Amino acid sequence: MPAVEVHNLVRDYGKVRAVNNISFSVDDGEIFGLIGPNGAGKTTVLRIISTLLRITSGEVRVFGHNVAKEADKVRKLISYLPEDAGAYKNLTGIEYLYFIARFFGEGKEIEDIVERGVKIANLGKRMDDKVENYSKGMTRRLLVARALMIEPKLAILDEPTSGLDVINAQEIRKIVQNTVKNGTTVLLSSHNMLEVEFLCRRIALMDKGKVVEEGTPSELKTRYNAANIEDVFVEVIK
Amino acid sequence: MNHLLNIIRKEVKELLTPATFVPIIVMALIFGSMGNMIGGATEETKKPPSIGVINEDRGQFSSIVNETVYSMAKVVYNSTSENIEEGVNAVKEKGGTALIIIPSNFSINIANNQSGEIEIYWIMKGAGIMDSISSGVVESILHELNTKISEELIEKGNINATFALSPTTRNETTIFKGKEMNGISPGTISAILSSQSTAVPIIIMIIIMMAGGMVISSMGMEKENKTLETLLTLPVKRSSIVAGKIAGSAIVGLLMAVIYMIGFRYYLSSFEVSGNINLADYGLTLNVWDYVLVGISLFLALTAALSMCMVLGTFAKNYKSAQTLTVPVSILALIPMFLIMFKDFSTLPLSLKVVLFAIPFSHPMMAVRALLFGDYMLVISGIAYAAVFSFAMIAIAVWIFKTDKLLTGTTIHLFRKER
Ligand SMILES: Nc1ncnc2c1ncn2[C@@H]1O[C@H](COP(=O)(O)OP(=O)(O)OP(=O)(O)O)[C@@H](O)[C@H]1O
Ligand SMILES: [Mg+2]
Repeated sequence: MPAVEVHNLVRDYGKVRAVNNISFSVDDGEIFGLIGPNGAGKTTVLRIISTLLRITSGEVRVFGHNVAKEADKVRKLISYLPEDAGAYKNLTGIEYLYFIARFFGEGKEIEDIVERGVKIANLGKRMDDKVENYSKGMTRRLLVARALMIEPKLAILDEPTSGLDVINAQEIRKIVQNTVKNGTTVLLSSHNMLEVEFLCRRIALMDKGKVVEEGTPSELKTRYNAANIEDVFVEVIK
Repeated sequence: MNHLLNIIRKEVKELLTPATFVPIIVMALIFGSMGNMIGGATEETKKPPSIGVINEDRGQFSSIVNETVYSMAKVVYNSTSENIEEGVNAVKEKGGTALIIIPSNFSINIANNQSGEIEIYWIMKGAGIMDSISSGVVESILHELNTKISEELIEKGNINATFALSPTTRNETTIFKGKEMNGISPGTISAILSSQSTAVPIIIMIIIMMAGGMVISSMGMEKENKTLETLLTLPVKRSSIVAGKIAGSAIVGLLMAVIYMIGFRYYLSSFEVSGNINLADYGLTLNVWDYVLVGISLFLALTAALSMCMVLGTFAKNYKSAQTLTVPVSILALIPMFLIMFKDFSTLPLSLKVVLFAIPFSHPMMAVRALLFGDYMLVISGIAYAAVFSFAMIAIAVWIFKTDKLLTGTTIHLFRKER
């Protein structure tokens, strides 16, 4: 069973058609990348899969569950990392992880989840600081840890490494790869073509609400006779 | 349930910061010092009060009574034979303030250096500040009567100074909401009642403004940090999110109200009446059930306020815009506070009655006084109304949480037709 199936999905914001009749599917256990210029509709698609936004028409299933009709079931399987999100300012990092963990386990399970989160965030003593005092990168690490510590069946990561320095970004990529080894499927969006090429088994390129290309990085490169995905992107969008 | 507790705990931690408390403590201090500045000054109206007179006296001082009364008041009932019940009813019907009875031995007693007794039946309409103005005017008529008779006595060479200065005594009975209370004046009753009925609305207003502000700020903060998006993808019932936010804010709001009230003690003490008059002596007490009703009424008003704020909070885009959204709630809490301070529910014009009833926060403000006088109808219907109001608001809030309106610019989508 595919992790995500999107069929003829349409989403309008008032008169703006942000997603225009797209279909794609994400296989169980793979890392799938959504790329495309600003305003292409990536975030909208990810929010729909995360049960946050309603569908104008079409159908979306996560591990066979319809996101519109079985949102509760889908929410048990997924973990969503919004783009440029924050955490509760007056909680400490560790308190925030406990807050989230309590929705996914009980007793010892909570401790295990938080332990994983602390490891992923790797913030050391700053874990006991208030989130208010974190830098952008630190907050992002905490949020990635929050998203992945629960070992969801599907992690939906909207620009997971945005705002991170090279070292931190690389570490996050490693963490994402490791989570996949433990059975998590990842659907991510990114503006970093190197990252996408390095991480993703398959890529969909969106533009103006449509999926205009789809395939593995090597397929796409040969199709456009390009040296890297960045060249593919430029070739397709221009 | 675990999830609900988890959210409540987070809300309390998120809202309970020194920054939120400093302004509250400052406000409490200001209120405390304000108490000293507030005096009990009541305005006198220009309009003469309507009264009834039963004058059985044919003696020399009788004409002074008539002259004084007719020049200072509008006499709506006049009789020379003692039929108190008829008199009271007639004055009541004409919207009068008091029935003054001069007994047949009034002049004779005064002539014999004995106090002339004036009997007064006060018809008290309400216990608000404005309600007691007309009785204040009648008080001044009685005072004037005493002065006129004094002058007459002194002119005639009465040398018993103590008696000549104060030739009359009063025997007063106040009729208020069907209760006859002998030996007490409306002024005293409203002074005693106002010590509670001023304090209660103010405290309730503060609780509502505090707790309501909490809910709205919490929503604003969630949106500003996009934490709401995360929260909404978690496997937790939308109703738990709404209930958790409401309960968390209620806890923090109540805590703040306690701090307020400590500063407020000084303010309240300025309203307290000196003397040992005990309302219980006049049958004005609350029993256990009355207290339960007051508690329920207060609880429901708070729920109503918080659920309303929850709905308002969904319009907040960030912390700043959340602050402006608290204004309508504050106004809704201030309106009943002022109305109730100045007038009783029963003496308000119909339009204001409707307004007062429709604001769910009014009901606990009015409950104590209504129950003292056995007006269960008002209290129970208020409780029912506040319950329905809260339920409707919570339902709306949960509905908003179930749609995606929270994330897609609520204002536009709520009011524009769906395509
Ligand atoms: N709440 C909203 N109301 C109205 N229009 C919106 C809303 N959110 C997004 N849009 C519009 O939908 C379209 C797609 O936006 P979306 O955020 O999905 O793009 P994106 O691919 O994630 O862009 P970026 O790379 O900049 O994050 C844009 O035209 C945007 O203006
Ligand atoms: Mg985006």
